[in-house]
This record gives sequence, C-alpha cells and structure tokens, in this order.
Amino acid sequence: MKGGALFPARLEYTKRGKVRFLGHRDVARNLERAFRITALPLSFSEGFNPHPKFSFGLALTVGYESDAEYLDVEFAEQIDLGALPEALTAALPDGISVTGAVWLDDRAPALQEAVVSVVWMAEVCRIDDERVDEVLLAEAIAKALASESIEFTKTRKGRSQIEDIRPLIKRLEIVHSTESNDLTNPCSGPIVMMELASKGAKPSEVLAAIGPYTSWRGIRTHQYIERDGLQCTPLQVDTRQRVAEAIAS
Amino acid sequence: MSNLWPRIEPLLAKVEKPARYIGMERGAQSPDHSPGKVAWLLLYPDTYEIGLPNQGLQILYEILNERDDAVAERSYAPWGDLESLMRARCIPLFSVDTHRAANEFDVLAFNLSAELVYTNLLNLVDLAGVAVRNEDRRPTDPIIIAGGHCTFNPEPLAEYVDAFVIGEGEEVIAEITEVVGAYKRGGQSNREAVLRDLASIPGVYVPSMYDVEYDGALIKAVIPKHPDIPAVIDKRTVADLDEWPYPKNQLVPLIEVVHDRLNVELFRGCTRGCRFCQAGMITRPVRERSADQVRTMVREGIRRTGYDEVALTSLSSADFSGIDGVVAGIVNDQEGTGGVSVSLPSLRVDAFTVGIASEIQKVRRTGLTFAPEAGSWRLRQVINKLIREEDLYAAVDAAYSQGWSRMKLYFLTGLPTEMDSDTLGIAELAKNCIAIGKKHTKRASVTVSVGGFVPKPHTPFQWFGQNGIAELHRKVNMLRDDLRSNKSVQLKWHDPEASFAEGIASRGDRRVGKVIERVWRAGGTFQEWSEHFRVDRWLEACAAEGIDPDWFTTRHREADEILPWDHIAAGLHKDFLWQDWKAALQEHGLPDCRWTPCYDCGVCTDYALEHVVASAMAPAGGSQGTGQDLARGGDVPVRLVSTRPISATAGVKA
Repeated sequence: MKGGALFPARLEYTKRGKVRFLGHRDVARNLERAFRITALPLSFSEGFNPHPKFSFGLALTVGYESDAEYLDVEFAEQIDLGALPEALTAALPDGISVTGAVWLDDRAPALQEAVVSVVWMAEVCRIDDERVDEVLLAEAIAKALASESIEFTKTRKGRSQIEDIRPLIKRLEIVHSTESNDLTNPCSGPIVMMELASKGAKPSEVLAAIGPYTSWRGIRTHQYIERDGLQCTPLQVDTRQRVAEAIAS
Repeated sequence: MSNLWPRIEPLLAKVEKPARYIGMERGAQSPDHSPGKVAWLLLYPDTYEIGLPNQGLQILYEILNERDDAVAERSYAPWGDLESLMRARCIPLFSVDTHRAANEFDVLAFNLSAELVYTNLLNLVDLAGVAVRNEDRRPTDPIIIAGGHCTFNPEPLAEYVDAFVIGEGEEVIAEITEVVGAYKRGGQSNREAVLRDLASIPGVYVPSMYDVEYDGALIKAVIPKHPDIPAVIDKRTVADLDEWPYPKNQLVPLIEVVHDRLNVELFRGCTRGCRFCQAGMITRPVRERSADQVRTMVREGIRRTGYDEVALTSLSSADFSGIDGVVAGIVNDQEGTGGVSVSLPSLRVDAFTVGIASEIQKVRRTGLTFAPEAGSWRLRQVINKLIREEDLYAAVDAAYSQGWSRMKLYFLTGLPTEMDSDTLGIAELAKNCIAIGKKHTKRASVTVSVGGFVPKPHTPFQWFGQNGIAELHRKVNMLRDDLRSNKSVQLKWHDPEASFAEGIASRGDRRVGKVIERVWRAGGTFQEWSEHFRVDRWLEACAAEGIDPDWFTTRHREADEILPWDHIAAGLHKDFLWQDWKAALQEHGLPDCRWTPCYDCGVCTDYALEHVVASAMAPAGGSQGTGQDLARGGDVPVRLVSTRPISATAGVKA
C-alpha cells in the first residue's frame, strides 16, 4: 500500500422504504455525496479523475430492501468512528441509514468473496396476481426442500440458461401468514424467510423455481461470513482496534 | 386527502427507472396542505431526468413554499410504461413530493421550455383527470397555468391553458396566489370571474378573454372581450437579480439527471443580438448577479449538496463582468469549494474563453463545445453571430495545444439567405479545425452538430419562412457527402421532420391548437424523443383540421401582417425587429449595446429598466469579446489565464 498509512473501515447501512427503487450505482453516488457533505477525510485514488476508494459488497436488486448492506472505505486519517453513523445518515436520503462502522484489518478479504450466505424475508405473490393459497405454498416448499435438485431457467442479459437452484437454498420457510394482509393490494401474500448462497439466486427466482410464484418485495436481513464454522456478520470479523480507541476503552 | 403511494408502489416494480417517481431529493419539501393555502403543482412536461434540473421550476418551488398562503409540489411526465399501468388502474397523475393526486391542487403550473412538449402538457392535464380544453373545465377544477420561454407565443395552446405567465415568475406568482386564494375562500363558484381577475395581473395572459378575428388565413385583430382587459400583455422582469438568490436549496436528485451539478445563475438577458436566438431577445435587459452573491451561492451550494461540479449559467457566461476572477476564486477556495470543477455552458468562441476553460477543467478534460452557428462570415453577419474565422481557429488551436482532443461545433442550417456555399462552409471549418488539431495530436477529432433552423417569435427572423423538410435533408446530405471521406469529423444532425413540427407549434396561431390535440390523441406524446416522434401524425392532424402546415412554417411573412403573438410584448419594438431583419438581409451586423451606444430596441426605455453590468468594458479576446470591434478583432491581446495566476482585472482592457 503506497502513499502512507490508510485507515480501512467497514460500514453497515440500510436501504428501506422508497429508496428500494434506487439502483446500485445510484446508492453509490448518494454515499459518495454524503461523504463530501460531511467532509469526512476519505482517501482518494490517484490519477486524472480521483475517486474515493469504495468497495461494495453484494449488489442489491432494485426493488428489494435491506437491513444489512456493507461498504468498505478507506480514510486518509483516523476519525471518530462512533460519530460517523449519525453524521453520515443525516447527509443520506431517508431510508439509507448507517447503522455501524468498524476499523478493518489491512488484510481483510473483500466483502464480495467473504460473504457466503444471505437471509431474506420475501413477500410471496402469484405470477397471475391471484391470492396465494398458503397450503399450496407450504406443500411447494416442502417438496422443494425434499428434492435433490431443482432446475430453473435463468435469464441473464437476454440469455437463458438452465441451472440447478437447489444447492443455493439453505433454509426456506413460511414465517408470516396471509391473515393480516392488506386485501386492497393483490400483491400481498405470506412472508417467507429464506437463507440463500450469496450468489446465484434472487428470492423471486427461488419462488419461481418452486411454483407459480414471485416476489415484488423482500428485505435482506442478514449477510453472513463463515469463520471457524460460525456465522458472523461482516462487522464481527477482520476488525481491528485503533490505538486511540484502545486507550479510551 | 389522498396519498396515492400505496397504489403506485406495486407498479414501480414493473417499470423502467422507478426512482423517477419517488421524490426524496435533498431539498425536497413535504408541505402541509390546508384550506387556507393555495396548492400549486409545478409540472415539467417531460421525463424526470430532463425536468428535475429546471432552475425556473425549482426557484418557484422554493418561493411558493416560503409563503404562508401557498404550498408547492412537483410532477413530471411519467414514461409510457407507468402511464399505461396508471390508466389501466385509474390512478391519476401525482406529485413526487407527497404522492398527492394532481387534481387536488388548485393550480397546475407548467414550464414550457420547448414547443414539442405541448402534446405532453395535454396528456398530463388529461392524466390528472382534468378536461383538456378550457371551456370544458368546472369551477372546482384546478387552474391550468403555463410559463417559460414558449409562452411568448401562447396562441397554439390558447384553448388548453387557462392563463399564461409572460416573462419571469418570481414576483407574479405572489399576485396569482392572492387571486386564486380569494377564489378558494369564496367557494370556487365562478371560473370566469377568477380568470378575469387573473387577466388583470400584469404579465398574465388569459386567452379566453380575447376574441381573434380572421381575414381568411390572416389574423385581422385580437380584441379584448372586456374594457378592463389589456390589449397588450407586457412581460414581467425582475429588476435586481440580487434580491432573488434562488434556488437556495437546489434539489439534489437521487438518480442521474441532465445537468447533474450545482447550477448558479450569473445573469439574465443577453444583448449579443444573435438574430436567431429567442432567449437572448426576450430576456433583455442584461442583469448580472453581484460577484459576491455568486461566490456565496457557490460556496453554500457546494457545502449543502455535496456536488463536486458547479455550472455558472447564463446565455453567454464568459461575458459576465470579471468572470475570470470569479472562476479563480472558486477554483482556489481551498476552504470551501476546493477540488470543485467549474463549467461554463454557452462558451464564447475565442481564445480568452479557452483560457478560462483550461483553468477550470484541470481535473476532467473532456470536450469543448463552440457554436459558430453558420459556416461563412457572410452568413454569420446575417445572423449577427460575429465570430471571425481567426477567432475560431485561435480558440481551437489554444484548446488542442492545451490538451483537448475533441471539439464539438454547433451549427444551424436553413438560415435566411443561406446558399450552398455557406452550408459547405460548415464542412470547410470543421476540416480546418482538424488540420489545426493534427498539429498537436493525432487523435484530434471534431463533432459537427447541425440543427435545422426554426424561426422564433419576437426575433428579427420571425418573418422568415423556414426551410422545408426536403430542403433541410438536401443540405444535411450535402454535408454528409462532403465529410464522408474525413474520418476525423463526425456529423450529427437534428431530424428535419422534427424541425418542421416545431415550426408549426412555434409560430402557430389558435387554429394550430386542434392540430396539437389531434397529435396527442393519436398517441403523439414525448415528441422531443426521436423514438416517439412521427411526422405523419402531424401531417395527418393538419389535414384533418384543414390546416396548411406550410402557411405556418415555410411562408415568409409580410411587414404589415398581424403576427399571432403581436399582443404579447417582450419590450422589443416591432419596428426595431423589422429594421434588424432588413439589416440581416443586407448582411449588416449590430453591435452589443452593453459596450456601445443604445440602438433603442425598446426594452430598457419602455420598462424603465437598465442593464445591470458591473464592468462597462467589453471583455478582451477576439471579435466577440471586443464588442464586435471588427477592425481590431485579431489584434486584441489575449491573456491565457492558465499561464499565470488570474488577477481580478484579467480580461479588462487597459
């Protein structure tokens, strides 16, 4: 690492409410602007067009919400990380809140590689907009979990490809029934919780693979890194304490 | 009151760019509506990405929301995918701020910056659930208002818009709010009466208060229906820009939009006198903002928005008194705005300007744009864009030598008196620029952008019959053939069919309104978007309404003809414009009155206004910079600000 000592840090933030319709690049732009508004001392790349050294975790599909988004940044100097979440949140659009920040070890692996699984809560609806019959949904889930493989035709960039989606599903269960749902919204159905491998399948694709279902709304509630057989959040691993804080604590 | 969000939200999963519809920009407001407040919905009749940056709309948004008796929200044209979902579910047009139904507002106020958005205006009124024609509206329906440059010929929309604001809106919206507020308190029973009250506000034109009499295809007279209705509607003009330091809270969109940067307005008006330029004619006189206020607005704006780029906007930004000092101040302000890049839209064509540009574009050296507008000195005298070839080549040489490799050159074709030699002069200029560029870099390239000229009301060219579709195609093809072998020049051109439709709407009269309505009913929205524009819709609509489109487009007007916009006054005497038209045909240029004696165009004298210009000296640098002192143009010492520190007096002649 050249240009003197850098101070890598990892931030956790949410994407809730209307901002769920923002694309990944737009979220990045808004974060970058928030750093400029707060005048936090980011470290910049060299060259003609310097930009802050951001390293995002898994992209979040437009339309989904999240309580567990992560971003690795590099500061040019040590700052008070404790005050960062509130300051940055004030400069961000409603719904994007910074909920945690830790100093990161210099050798921490990138989020993209480190995160192995993610947990979703997704609202199930039928592709024909009819009401979801919960019994049929439960049967479809049970059948899927009992299967060795589930073939699914994925479309990426206009090309379709048949893939086995079963190995990507770690958990799948109904956690909230339809009874209390908003009847004026035909798209509201039961909520399923699913834990999926970090790459390869979206909640809507898992639902489409097991029956005539999809999901317009889902929340990513956790992202997990595995260490020594344990599931950890990205704020729990590869952290380091900075000297000033060590003295203070 | 309705919040449509729960009904809109499920649709957004199914449309392109859903964040267009969520609002939530930094600076956005969620005002509290109440019966005592006049609710304005400010609409830009094009997509969010085009409409959001509009400064006029943002200025009014702030001023209205600062008032105790008004609230203002915003709306933009939903793209076709969302519109069809909305129509299928009977969801009306909504505001992006609180997702309130458009027909719950008291005023729908449209910004009209281009004629081809007219069909979108009708569509949005319809999508709001309001009758598109004035005569069909009920007393409780919102009042449909339009402002912006296009309202200087309001006639094509006279049967669709209740009231037009002519000129600048900062002050007049207060008076409109009071009239509409009284109407609201009075129970909204007599629409005719409130329209008559609006018509008594200076600068407000209510077309239903006027009868138009025709003599065949010609207009015989435009007659007020009542004695208290003015025969001529004078534009509104803000005398002192420093009293209006808006927008104070420029909106920062969450998604990428055009002009995605901080915008600070340097001045309004322009007296360069380019004869094709409606904006320059109708916004006179020149009123500069004080340099101090510009600096403050830049510093505070950058701090608040987090933008890393500021555009200093106006019709010719390099003409601002002491522009180099202001630019240097921003670039060197390490405390506040350091690291911020500055852009100057509408660059003049001279080396002085390039010097400033090189100073401010240290970071990102992309492309430079110049607008010589015509291919020969003769034709540039006709249009009064007095750029000598030496100036262009000096500018281009300076730019290539300082690291730029791409230039963009803007031209018009179909100008008055244009001959094929003038048109081919465009190719000649481009090739010469490439030759200059190749001396500095092998990668030198030039993009030539050619637009078909559409004459505009309140300009000396308002009498000129524009070139037809076939003639514009012929000229473009001639340029294509001439430039085909030159790989370094890329030619782009504006669709001649679209220029034709724009011509119908630009200089049309009331009878053209039915054509616009037909185009809309046939599905012709988003006419500024080439993928949605089809000229046959316009031709079919003209045929169905018995309108000869050539009458409004390619026909030369006579001196004594009553023009459809003659009862709208921009302050320019018709005599002056006619003299200037005649001077154009004789290839005579007209100097800039900021630095030469007044030639009495009528604006300052009639409206008791004055130019507000900090420096009485013309800026240095070429024929444009010297107040068209053509004898000395090339001799004026040009200071390239990049080669030494900028001083406050750089560019001012000793």
